[in-house]
Amino acid sequence: MKRIRFNQQEIVFAVFALLFLLFSIFLRGFLSSDNMLTLLQNVSVLGILGLAMAIVVIGRGIDISLIAALAVPPGLVLQMVQNGHSLPASLLTAVLLTVAFGLVNGWLIAYAEVPSLFATLATGLLLAGLGQAALFQLDVVQWSPGMDGFERLGQGTILGIPTSIVMFAIACIVVAFLLRQTRWGAYIYAIGDNPYAARVTGIPSRPIIVLQYVVAALIGCFAGLVMAASVNSMPTRIFNSTLIYDVILVVVLGGIGLSGGRGGVLNIVIGTLLIGTMLNGMTIMDISYAGQNLIKGVVLLLAVITDSFLNPRNEETAQQGDI
Amino acid sequence: MKHIGSPTKAIVAALGLAAMTAPALAQQGLDEPFQKPFKEALAGKTVAYVPVAMNFDLTEGWYAGLKKELEPFGVKFVIRDANWNTNAGAQAVTSLISEKPAVIVVHNPDVQTYAKLLQRAENEGIYVIQINMGSAYRSSAFVGANWVEIGERQTEGVVKACEGKSNKIAIIQGALSAAASAYTLKGVENVLAKHPEIKVVSSQAADWDAAKAKAITQTVLKQNPDLCGIVGFWDGMDIGTAAAVKEAGLTGKVFVATSGGGERKGACELVKSGAFDLNMSYDVPTQAAQMAGTIKWLLSSGVKPGSVKGSEYTTLIPITKENADSQMACWNLSDLKK
Repeated sequence: MKRIRFNQQEIVFAVFALLFLLFSIFLRGFLSSDNMLTLLQNVSVLGILGLAMAIVVIGRGIDISLIAALAVPPGLVLQMVQNGHSLPASLLTAVLLTVAFGLVNGWLIAYAEVPSLFATLATGLLLAGLGQAALFQLDVVQWSPGMDGFERLGQGTILGIPTSIVMFAIACIVVAFLLRQTRWGAYIYAIGDNPYAARVTGIPSRPIIVLQYVVAALIGCFAGLVMAASVNSMPTRIFNSTLIYDVILVVVLGGIGLSGGRGGVLNIVIGTLLIGTMLNGMTIMDISYAGQNLIKGVVLLLAVITDSFLNPRNEETAQQGDI
Repeated sequence: MKHIGSPTKAIVAALGLAAMTAPALAQQGLDEPFQKPFKEALAGKTVAYVPVAMNFDLTEGWYAGLKKELEPFGVKFVIRDANWNTNAGAQAVTSLISEKPAVIVVHNPDVQTYAKLLQRAENEGIYVIQINMGSAYRSSAFVGANWVEIGERQTEGVVKACEGKSNKIAIIQGALSAAASAYTLKGVENVLAKHPEIKVVSSQAADWDAAKAKAITQTVLKQNPDLCGIVGFWDGMDIGTAAAVKEAGLTGKVFVATSGGGERKGACELVKSGAFDLNMSYDVPTQAAQMAGTIKWLLSSGVKPGSVKGSEYTTLIPITKENADSQMACWNLSDLKK
């Protein structure tokens, strides 16, 4: 078990190191500290989302509704402030909505025993639809003067480091602590490794599963607030984008197996770095959009193929499938 | 009003008075012969509206404007929201052809998808009005912006701002599949062909996505801190472009040109704050009024659908610091909906 995880992580890290080396040698301006910060800044929201997804995936689930949690509650904050409510009241409403959403997800998966893929697919649509139909006037919710000051969550710097990177770092520390230092974290690994064994040994698996989805939704909402602050608006249509696949890619590329029970924050950081390096390098090279997709696809395919050569499917994954 | 003092008018008025006092109430007024057929031509007719999606300033503005103009005449106004799904839109148009509304107002997602369908609709006797994004089929009317002109005027603004500076510019395109984006790019190229001194350091698509636009702009600015201008293709996306410029502390130094529907929060407010230096607006309420006028004209004229074809390109409003405060430069969606 341990050997496999090490290999997966190593491959991605090697690809990342190789790309990084190539870009540093051949791209003027890539290896400047300024550009390194930009690179990280551009993927920090993706990284935060990756952390949320990691918590769920380690517990052998998946949360497709994460982008809805990213878009709708933060969008609601902007809309409420625009309509004249105070910022604290709006934030509180958004957090309550997020918790309620996480509880619904968790209940469906833990108690109603709906497979997580279908449950979150449906609830994500529900929340995004609710936002479009009832909460927002327009798809892009604009910043209003009542939000002034709040943009510091995603803009500017703290001690010379762009704030969104600091936010990613904080999220990393919180999630690492939750997963590695608390009993709840240990339970999540146990459930992900073998849910039936975990239940037999007396772990309160259902409440823990609910907790996973609530925490994931809250982290998703946090990522949304950072994003909204960073672009001074909330484009709620992002729910219809392919962002969720990027999030799953970060998780899988980083080496957190979809069969659960393995991986941690470090994997997310590595997966995020790889994506960030590719995007940044290709932007500097001014590669066309189609070319970028092609290269992204090839690199990801290479990583997946190498992985399946080095880690052939074993009995366990054959039985469970990959999700 | 200037007739008030004219002698003929006084005589007519006197005669009128005399007539009124004589055979009581024989002649109350003159019936205008054309208003009744006009009313009949409109009453009970259905106008169907197929935008690429609702919930953004352009399509909401057109909807509100058309509704306000047409419903008082007893026109039934229905909406088929394609919600960014080209297939759903094509299905909506197909089913509308069998439902036979009098007019279809359609906002094409691209040049090809609806073209054949729109031709069929006109053959079936339905007027087709295309908004802002035309298709390969030329229907009764096209009302909308000239994207090539938008690209040209934005680039001219940027080129002018670059005079005496680095002459390095960046282009933030929309989605590659969208014709609006490709047409705008053509306009940009037209101007750049005349200005060989301008160097395009980056020309990339951000998919109409503010976050992507911000990421691209940040990287470009780090590589070229002496950039003098950016041509962006839509204000909803270029909020991200402007945020990156602001974060780099280059607001005012990098000229940001963009375009959009001229909604106050998305356009004028952002020009005032310095986020955008130029926003080419295609003034949505005027476009809606032109569409409504065309619908009224077509319905009352009784011409065979497809037998007349014309275009109404929008007169663009360049929004800059000078006019961003004026009441006329921008519009409020909430007011238009009232």
